[in-house]
Amino acid sequence: MANDVKPRVKVPKSAAAGDVITIKTLISHQMESGVRKDGDGNIIPRSIINRFVADFNGQNIIDVTLEPAISTNPYFQFDAMVPEAGEFKFTWYDDDGSVYETSKKIKIA
Amino acid sequence: MEFKTLLTSAAIVALSAGFASAQDDAVLTVDGEVIKTRAAAPAFTENLDTVYSGWHFRSGETQVLQMDDFENPAFVFVDQGVDLFDKVDGSEGKACASCHEDVSDFAGLRPTLPRVENGELVTMEDLVNECRTDRMGAEPWKYSGSQMTAVTALIGLQSRGMSINVAVDGDAAPFFERGKDLYYQRVGQLDMACSNCHEDNYGVMIRADHLSQGQINGFPTYRLKNAKLNSAHGRFKGCMENIRATPFKVGGDEFKALELYLAARGNGLSVETPSVRN
Repeated sequence: MANDVKPRVKVPKSAAAGDVITIKTLISHQMESGVRKDGDGNIIPRSIINRFVADFNGQNIIDVTLEPAISTNPYFQFDAMVPEAGEFKFTWYDDDGSVYETSKKIKIA
Repeated sequence: MEFKTLLTSAAIVALSAGFASAQDDAVLTVDGEVIKTRAAAPAFTENLDTVYSGWHFRSGETQVLQMDDFENPAFVFVDQGVDLFDKVDGSEGKACASCHEDVSDFAGLRPTLPRVENGELVTMEDLVNECRTDRMGAEPWKYSGSQMTAVTALIGLQSRGMSINVAVDGDAAPFFERGKDLYYQRVGQLDMACSNCHEDNYGVMIRADHLSQGQINGFPTYRLKNAKLNSAHGRFKGCMENIRATPFKVGGDEFKALELYLAARGNGLSVETPSVRN
């Protein structure tokens, strides 16, 4: 697993039913290319996030394929309609098999 | 909705930046708090009437990044600073947090640095490394390294919005004079002083970029060009290389004196740490 991976998500705490809200996500990640070498000349294994998924109450909202040219600390911003109270679940998939997850609850106000 | 207002303000900022040839009229707010980015120039800066934060010289897109802490990429590094602050290191088995339980106790420190202690000019980096070597029994960090800038950004952030108020008289006077001499001293193959760009020509294009007044109220600053936090001394070094001079030592006496003088030129501006620049 890559070092210092930390997902961050910004979701409003509450919204009116049917509101479209903006979600911002950022994951701190090295996005290791797999061609760099360490001080001893050994190749540092490739570790790039290749997929990002967001779900709301089990229903998929967005499913992103990330290609290798994407920078370190990838940032996504997207809109989602909130029909009911529930939980957003965010998942990032790493080339090395690691899965990073975080979730945020939202209330209906 | 917050998103829409942000977009609208972004459009306004972009528009005004498009017309202004130099510093624009935009107002910097971070999460609703107004940051003072212009102030009456201190008495000793004879050639300036108003001092402007470097934020005013950046494009609208760059300005907006600093207006929301989530979008400000520097906060990735501030988070690393939080972890480093709590991390035990050295022979004493201590972390920064062992003595400084609440990092917010550092509010008010950034605006007063660098300052003179026992006849020596000290910067925040010096204070951090003094704690590491004398109280934690740990190796000092590299002066402009990533661990140092992460922690100085975290500590500086506690003072965001406070007015810079660096002492220039008393014990600090000889260091201030030295910094001033360095500021106006032409050096390097291009034979230029700091003042030639940042005092005589601020607001003018230098290649594809607007020259700022060289204020350091936002350091350490996240630069889009290298995607990391940059210390003030790192920036001084970059400037000196640009004018084909041999840079002074990062963390050395010359740069510390220059840091004092530059910080004092920004007396009255708010601390912006961590700022976003290009």
